Amino acid sequence: MAKVKIDKERCKGCGLCIFFCPFGHLQFSQELNKRGNQYAEPKKGSECKGCKQCYLICPDYCIEIYQEDVSKKKWEESFNHR
Amino acid sequence: MKKEVIKPPKSLRRVTTHYCPGCGHGIAHRIVAEVVDELEIREKTVGVAPVGCSVIAYDYWDFDVSEAAHGRALAVATGIKRCRPNLVVFTYQGDGDLASIGIAETLHCANRGENLTCIFINNACYGMTGGQMAPTTLVGQKTATTPWGRDPQRKEGFPLKVCELLANLPGVVYLERVSLANPSQVVKAKRAVKEAFLNQIEGKGFSLVEVLSPCPTIWRMSAPEAVRWIEEVMQKIFPLGRIK
Amino acid sequence: MSQKRSGKRVLITGNEAIGEGAIKAGCRFYAGYPITPQNELTAYMAKRMDEVGGIFIQAESELAAINMVFGASASGFRAMTTSSSPGISLKQEGISYLCGCQLPCVIVNVMRGGPGLGNIAPSQSDYFQATKGGGHGDYRLIVLAPSSVEEAFNLTMLGFDLADKYRNPVMILADAFLGQMAEVVSLRERKRGRVYKKEWALTGARNRTPNVIRSLFLKEGVLEEHNKALQRKYALIEKKEKRWEEISLNNAEIIFVAYGISFRIAYEAAKILEKGGVKVGIFRPITLWPYPYTPLKKASQDKRAIFVFELSSGQMVEDVRLAVGEKTPLYFYGRMGGGVFDEEELAKFVKKKLKR
Repeated sequence: MAKVKIDKERCKGCGLCIFFCPFGHLQFSQELNKRGNQYAEPKKGSECKGCKQCYLICPDYCIEIYQEDVSKKKWEESFNHR
Repeated sequence: MKKEVIKPPKSLRRVTTHYCPGCGHGIAHRIVAEVVDELEIREKTVGVAPVGCSVIAYDYWDFDVSEAAHGRALAVATGIKRCRPNLVVFTYQGDGDLASIGIAETLHCANRGENLTCIFINNACYGMTGGQMAPTTLVGQKTATTPWGRDPQRKEGFPLKVCELLANLPGVVYLERVSLANPSQVVKAKRAVKEAFLNQIEGKGFSLVEVLSPCPTIWRMSAPEAVRWIEEVMQKIFPLGRIK
Repeated sequence: MSQKRSGKRVLITGNEAIGEGAIKAGCRFYAGYPITPQNELTAYMAKRMDEVGGIFIQAESELAAINMVFGASASGFRAMTTSSSPGISLKQEGISYLCGCQLPCVIVNVMRGGPGLGNIAPSQSDYFQATKGGGHGDYRLIVLAPSSVEEAFNLTMLGFDLADKYRNPVMILADAFLGQMAEVVSLRERKRGRVYKKEWALTGARNRTPNVIRSLFLKEGVLEEHNKALQRKYALIEKKEKRWEEISLNNAEIIFVAYGISFRIAYEAAKILEKGGVKVGIFRPITLWPYPYTPLKKASQDKRAIFVFELSSGQMVEDVRLAVGEKTPLYFYGRMGGGVFDEEELAKFVKKKLKR
């Protein structure tokens, strides 16, 4: 189980992560960040496989990937601060 | 409960860069910082930043960095490395810096076999100043100073292949061309950068990694289009792989 | 300017004296490119650096050499590059960067005839370039002008100390004559002076925050503040580091103002005129920047005339005029393009002007 965390304020909306995600897990947000652009975010209901293609191609290094061997519920809870 | 976190390296400051959306510099900066951290050489690394879009790379890398006059990075790096051979000294340069105004410094530094690492970012244009022709601009490529498309008939020359140019110099030990066209190429690029740094640590001689890098703004493309252009067009003129 | 006559006495040329001064000052990095009339200096550094375990690089150009010195200085080493007029022109960009980044180093110009390729004979026509800029921006170079081989040795050593003290490049302004002529020098060891800690140097960010060497400051107002700090530094140098020599000023009716080899010739011309009953004083600037305006003004008071001699079309004479004002008659005599006057020529000129 994995989770992709994107710093929405540092994301410039270049779209490379969305383009390269093999599972279509990422999308452009509807809202704008403080810079005034749409940012990349995980799709709700979709699952990150932790392949880290997005991390590799992100030009703003604003992506982090978390992989953990825990129950889905615990996993979601650990990210409530987001 | 195993937990793995993939996150950017410590030697990279978590700030918003001034680079355009989709610019290859961010990826290249991260690769360099990852290599520095993985080799645990942060405390003895000195970078020499170029004139170009990445002139303020020292705002992003968390180790000692020097500025250099346009094109002179390898001369400055030579001065630092000769005085302090224990440091790991690398230059990070663009097309103009390394292949135009700095070509003499590049050639002679390589020819002297200086024990340095050179990261050459090739985006086939001069980005910072608004997209003028670079030595690496492709024939037919439209730029601010070749609005008609680079034309050898007008004595505008041909794209300069730096790796091939330096290949015959005995002082050069490693030349590889990589690209940032997709995540798997990025992985290969990092491997090459790591080898270039290791060569210096092992005292082997001059190493240069040429990195084909996307420049969406100047190329007038979206970021996905730009990386596509590298794969479909640039890589045909600048073949990837180890040249030396 | 008296110095202890201790140390080995040798007969050496100006070029070699400068090289030895650098070695004695602890310079352990040299980058240069061959150019007449200072090739002996480059060759001397190649030999001596090897002997003391320093670094010598024959660079691919003068341009590359100044940038290698930039790197060496940035890493905390005492570094020097030497050239002659056309090569110094090539270094101007590097000099501006060194000043903007506040990096210490010594640059030696053994001047020759110009402009352009010129010739290889002595000249002093790079005075403007050295003291008024040459590179871009609001910067200053400390400029030291030796007039003897021994002084070339001593001022080169001093240059490294001033460079470190103020974090600024220092230029030794010599000429082909001085570079090639041989005189006896006492090769004294460097006085136990202050050791300058260079906490700003690029030595690897261990147990400290990273150091950055830069002259680029894009944020609004920052470059202006940086320039103000540089100007404060230059004001301090002007206050503390002026050097000059006065000879027989007290009873003099006229004074000569000259530096470098011109001083040596003017000194002989003064002797000729003394025999003819003219009382001559000499004011010799040693620092061309900071220029000793006030002492010169004081020296020129109540004098009948001031004569400025320089191997140029008249460059330093403008600073003399600035110092002394309009009251005293000011005459300039110079030779250009590698031409060198002799003492007879100068004495004749002075007699003509004084109608004696």
